[in-house]
Amino acid sequence: MRGYEVLFAGNNFLRLLSGLWVTLRISLISIGASLVLGIFLGAAMTVRNKAVRAICKVYLEIVRIMPQLVWLFIVFFGVTRSTGINFSGETAAVIVFTIWGAAETGDLVRGAFVSIPAHQYESGLALGLSKAQLYFYVILPQTVQRLTPNIINLSTRMIKTTALVSLIGVTEVLKVGKQIIDANRYDAPDAAIWVYAAIFFMYFIICFPLSVFSKKLADRCK
Amino acid sequence: MDWSFITEYYPLYIRSAVLTVTIGAVGIVLSAIVGMICALCRYYKIPLLNGIAAVYTELSRNTPLIVQLFFLFFGLPKIGIVLSPEVCGTVGLAFLGGGYMSESFLSGLGSVRKIHLEAAESLGLSRAQTMKSVILPQAASVAAPAVCANVIFLLKETSVFSAVSLADLMYTAKDLIGMYYNTTEALTMLVIAYLIIILPVSIVFTLLERRLHRAGI
Repeated sequence: MRGYEVLFAGNNFLRLLSGLWVTLRISLISIGASLVLGIFLGAAMTVRNKAVRAICKVYLEIVRIMPQLVWLFIVFFGVTRSTGINFSGETAAVIVFTIWGAAETGDLVRGAFVSIPAHQYESGLALGLSKAQLYFYVILPQTVQRLTPNIINLSTRMIKTTALVSLIGVTEVLKVGKQIIDANRYDAPDAAIWVYAAIFFMYFIICFPLSVFSKKLADRCK
Repeated sequence: MDWSFITEYYPLYIRSAVLTVTIGAVGIVLSAIVGMICALCRYYKIPLLNGIAAVYTELSRNTPLIVQLFFLFFGLPKIGIVLSPEVCGTVGLAFLGGGYMSESFLSGLGSVRKIHLEAAESLGLSRAQTMKSVILPQAASVAAPAVCANVIFLLKETSVFSAVSLADLMYTAKDLIGMYYNTTEALTMLVIAYLIIILPVSIVFTLLERRLHRAGI
């Protein structure tokens, strides 16, 4: 059997896709959760209270300074060891990516709020808008417009980073790929290059359109 | 916390930290070179090379490093290209980083206003002179923050090297956890090792950015 035939032999391709879905599911859940948490965090980052702002900043920097893989190890191995709570690899991944994603989203939200010039607030108030109207009609639409491309970028980063979960034992696309390669070791010794190339392009097919879309949106903002 | 465990095994961490930093540094320098070449190809719109650089940039930026490494390490030997884990890590990091660097450099180059180029031309500067004394100084200061962010990003990405059996920090930590089950100590040392590597770089870059900001760029 030739290497590329392995890709489509039996239900191999479907298995790869279902492996891909495992990572995608982890990233989608984490992206959703970090959006919700990130908006609150971003709002907290813009309050006047210095203590609140400092706490948020420390949280952001602590999360950012460590590689995500280190965080995965800490939650997957470390927390289990020190508290006895046993997370599955997938749960650990969702926890880590949510904590990380929330921090990054928070920073983006803060950046978007801060980038709205003060005269927008002032002219809104001068027109006699109430505070609620001001935010709903003037500030939020502009914030969302500036935020969306960055959030999409962050999402592609998170999707790419979820590829790491194979290293804490989650059976996702890389693991499935390895199983397929191992099962066909004798029939198709060169399967590895095809399988890994296929996985490479699967990620590309997901992330590339998102990157293009976010670039388009960002250009439109200018 | 088992201190005797820490005193016994911290030399392992130092050795693997040196490996991580070495491969990271070489990979980052290579990615800056690759990125510069790609950015110049795209900036001057050199036929063919422009297209290749653009495709390469998108490929490297839209796929995870671990998949790239698996392809290099497990895939390429099937067509007769066998890379050692060290070379594989360096090449992988340069491949990933090249795309990010090219994008940052290109946005720096693109930020130079057309009027400056026209002024240089009317002053009779050659193409090389224009690049050296007009474009590069401006482009460098615009691209600097993004390039710094890339360097930190790439330093963090080196943690993936353990997947291609490079004996880096993650590998050491995982090994110790597997062998002695001293998870807390192994992970604490891992965190400290990464802090020692990344924190100074991050602080220097923050100061640098602040200075650029004050300079009004």
